[in-house]
Amino acid sequence: MRYSFLSLLTNGLTGQKGWKPAWRDAAPKPAYDVIIVGGGGHGLATAYYLARVHGIRNVAVIEKGTIGSGNAGRNTTIIRSNYLLPGNEPFYEWSMKLWEGLEQELNYNAMVSQRGILNLYHSDAQRDAYARRGNAMRLNGADSELLDREGVRAMYPFLDFDNARFPIQGGLMQRRAGTARHDAVVWGYARGADRLGVDIIQNCEVTGFIREGEAITGVETTRGAIRAKKVGLAVAGSTSRVAAQAGLTRLPIESHVLQAFVSEGLKPMVDGVITFGAGHFYISQSDKGGLVFGGDIDGYNSYAQRGNLPVVEDVAEGGMALMPRIGRLRLLRMWGGIMDMSMDGSPIIDHTPIPGLYLNAGWCYGGFKATPASGWCFAHLLAKDEPHKVGAAFRLDRFRTGHLIDEKGVGAQPNLH
Amino acid sequence: MRIPCPYCGARDAHEFAYLGDATLTRPDPAAPDAEGRFFDYVYQRTNPAGAHEEWWYHAQGCRQWVKVARDTRTHAIGGATLARDGAATSGDPA
Repeated sequence: MRYSFLSLLTNGLTGQKGWKPAWRDAAPKPAYDVIIVGGGGHGLATAYYLARVHGIRNVAVIEKGTIGSGNAGRNTTIIRSNYLLPGNEPFYEWSMKLWEGLEQELNYNAMVSQRGILNLYHSDAQRDAYARRGNAMRLNGADSELLDREGVRAMYPFLDFDNARFPIQGGLMQRRAGTARHDAVVWGYARGADRLGVDIIQNCEVTGFIREGEAITGVETTRGAIRAKKVGLAVAGSTSRVAAQAGLTRLPIESHVLQAFVSEGLKPMVDGVITFGAGHFYISQSDKGGLVFGGDIDGYNSYAQRGNLPVVEDVAEGGMALMPRIGRLRLLRMWGGIMDMSMDGSPIIDHTPIPGLYLNAGWCYGGFKATPASGWCFAHLLAKDEPHKVGAAFRLDRFRTGHLIDEKGVGAQPNLH
Repeated sequence: MRIPCPYCGARDAHEFAYLGDATLTRPDPAAPDAEGRFFDYVYQRTNPAGAHEEWWYHAQGCRQWVKVARDTRTHAIGGATLARDGAATSGDPA
């Protein structure tokens, strides 16, 4: 069923009884051309673009739980393309362009809202660094604007401009950035892929891989063996666990926990995304009114999907330094997700050394904004066996060859990215 | 999360700085295959879901490197020893 004003009106007048499930609850077939392991945003986007762009429709997405129940349902929904390095910025800008057309493409309201992101700077050196970043963004076709102190004050007068330690000097603004509704992105891609013939198989956990000689030719799951010519992994924080079953026991990835927070609902106050430049704190306001914010990862290996109090305190301190008026606000919810922290802070979309096995991983805590381009590039790799040009730097062997994409400049320390 | 420092007793995790996997051993830079070994040492991780041996530095306390056994699925800590007591046999803090 195609959603339209007419379908909304018709169902509104007939007691909302005409709606059908947005995707089939498929049972696994014995074999597919491609299996995507992981029913998050990236896996579903990959399946959608495989079917839509490359015409490969005999595809299954298998998910151990329900789709979108991992990091796709745990992020803070920010979309942006304000990167610096040549390996990153063209990719994220392509993602931004896909976000801009996503709802028309999928016929699904993903609530993409280009409300802008403002990265604050607090020193002359940081201003220069942001000017350089802004120029790099523009060279790659993105938009950026360097605001001075008064420019920021006109937008957000309530920030602590005269903070004794970190006074606000200005900010780097990307007006095309913003937020999207994370669940709707998952559901939109699932519905779009399903309509093109992709099987979405939930509650189906991979327990092993089928091999013929060296090559992977399928997966063993809790719902039986499924064969495939190619298997793609898009399992984020579980990458090391799943890849180990295929014999890839060592990868340039550590799993860490990242916490996020939502406050009680407020009247509209923060109409864009703001990031604090002197600590790690970022904040936006959901359409329901809750302030959505977060900061650093906890900083130690974890698969627990919950964090500890020191980081809660650290995030709260960052928030208070930026906007003291949130001090009496109560938290409504906080949660943790498992981040696949790569050793240079940038992702991997590549072949693995095992024939038939492809890897999409290492998104650290920046995976949500990348969802459309990640799916686009991974689908390209799976269909054509060569990397897409905007994702060509995300090689698995870059750590061995020295071609790191060290956006944050902290080297091989996952807990510092 | 409280880490049982051998010197200071159970102390809050925020007093500590984290380094990571304690099963890695720095390779001999003079070895003929040093390049490949250093790649493995610097970048490759087993990243287990479960028992994990890891280095923590008690920066706000006794300033000793501590090797901690922790479960990455539950954050339960099984024990901690001073790094220098076992460094010669099982890896070393960077």
